[in-house]
Amino acid sequence: MPATPMPKAHREQGHARVFDLAEQSLRELNQALHQVTPGSNETAWEVLNPKGSHSVAVGVDHPISIDVRGSVGYYCAGMNDGATITVHGSAGPGVGENMMSGSIVVKGDASQYAGATGRGGLLVIEGNASSRCGISMKGIDIVVHGNIGHMSAFMAQSGNLVVLGDAGDALGDSIYEARLFVRGKVESLGADCIAKEMRPEHIELLQGLLDKAGVTDVKASEFKRYGSARKLYNFNIDNADAY
Amino acid sequence: MCGIVGLFLKDKTLEPKLGAMLSEMLISLSDRGPDSAGIAIYGAATGNEAKITVQSPKPERDFRGLDVELAKAVGAPVSVAVKSTHAVIRTTPDKVDAAREALQSLRPDIRIMGAGEAVEIYKEVGLPAAVVDRFDVRSMTGTHGIGHTRMATESAVTTMGAHPFSTGADQCLVHNGSLSNHNNVRRELVREGMTFETENDTEVAAAYLSNRMAHGKNLGEALEGTLSDLDGFFTFVVGTKNGFGVVRDPIACKPAVMAETDQYVAFGSEYRALTKLPGIDNARVWEPEPATVYFWEH
Repeated sequence: MPATPMPKAHREQGHARVFDLAEQSLRELNQALHQVTPGSNETAWEVLNPKGSHSVAVGVDHPISIDVRGSVGYYCAGMNDGATITVHGSAGPGVGENMMSGSIVVKGDASQYAGATGRGGLLVIEGNASSRCGISMKGIDIVVHGNIGHMSAFMAQSGNLVVLGDAGDALGDSIYEARLFVRGKVESLGADCIAKEMRPEHIELLQGLLDKAGVTDVKASEFKRYGSARKLYNFNIDNADAY
Repeated sequence: MCGIVGLFLKDKTLEPKLGAMLSEMLISLSDRGPDSAGIAIYGAATGNEAKITVQSPKPERDFRGLDVELAKAVGAPVSVAVKSTHAVIRTTPDKVDAAREALQSLRPDIRIMGAGEAVEIYKEVGLPAAVVDRFDVRSMTGTHGIGHTRMATESAVTTMGAHPFSTGADQCLVHNGSLSNHNNVRRELVREGMTFETENDTEVAAAYLSNRMAHGKNLGEALEGTLSDLDGFFTFVVGTKNGFGVVRDPIACKPAVMAETDQYVAFGSEYRALTKLPGIDNARVWEPEPATVYFWEH
């Protein structure tokens, strides 16, 4: 009897190593992820029943793909270095904290300080991100389809934060050199953060980020750019009386 | 840290399960606070009965014969249902003040956890699972309830320092955070006649809300006032006889997640607390906005 070819999606699922957090511990999952060696055939992983667990898939340092089926708690995919991690749900505080490289996609919302201190890679939030998104970012690219909360990109040093919706209070407070692109309204700008001109190179950069994040229905020209006025870089002696 | 939960039922068929649902929610947050735990459950108010939840360090001594002595003192029927270190005293609503007063002389070591027509409050030192077992919270029915598991920061780890705090009839509050101007606010409230049992910052927040509501504010307006009058970090979840409210300070660094379906409104410090609720996969789940008051009333 001729074998019926399986649909592609099923075949891929068949190859994925499945971890069910209802039956296996978080530590077993993370240890298994850390034991992946270069050239391993275990390149596709699936995590079931995360149910708000903390620290799901932290510290992964190989270019594997991980699909997390459900919502996660604190620090999911923190320190990611090269993996492609998709959360098919929402993420708690600190998703992708200190990411080095790779990509993280959150299909739902993200809580506080998404992508905090991230040094590289791409973090995409398809819903909203709450307060302090991209705080102290150091090279990461963050694309948020919805809105972001207050104090986002606080002390952001480098990288790009792209927001298709609105930004909350005190955007980019005490910012260094990160670029902030916001399509909607900004509730208020933080200290030393100003609106800047969108030059052709910025349009090009932003278009590249939108393409990478799979955003097709929005044009780069719809965004405004914000960044540092560079007035806080050096101490101004005229302000000495304030101290 | 601390973990807080709240559950407000819209669907009456869930009422027999309120205690069990709230217990599971609180236990799931045990590692946010191992010091003590507490729960307030609101049963349906009948109008002909008031309840005083009390606690004693020596329950066998203090609760024995209390019903008879208290009935004699207030001149009305009194029942006493003992649950471990706590007891629920039932009498007619007009005798609550008299009963409270009589308790002071009849049983000076007894502490009042809360009073009202609907609320019962149970709190003790220990993990949520132990506290829930000790008071058989899982078997309790009700319309809404709130709970707390504590990691102490501002005052001692004692029964009285555990949450929920109740400072008015059928009012109580749980708090994640720490207040920095509580001494000042306490002094102002004392001047207005409020009394305090502890040095705890959260008790001040509870008393602040009771005081505002005693001045005619509704729950939403009272919660709104916390944003300008209380300084510090807070996510508050508050219960009243027929309502349930949530507010976070403007900085909002204390976590909060809410879920709503046709059957309930639920609050948890983390999503973990909500995962066992019926229909959670299709619930509207969101993070409450900073400096924004949410409240629901039956």
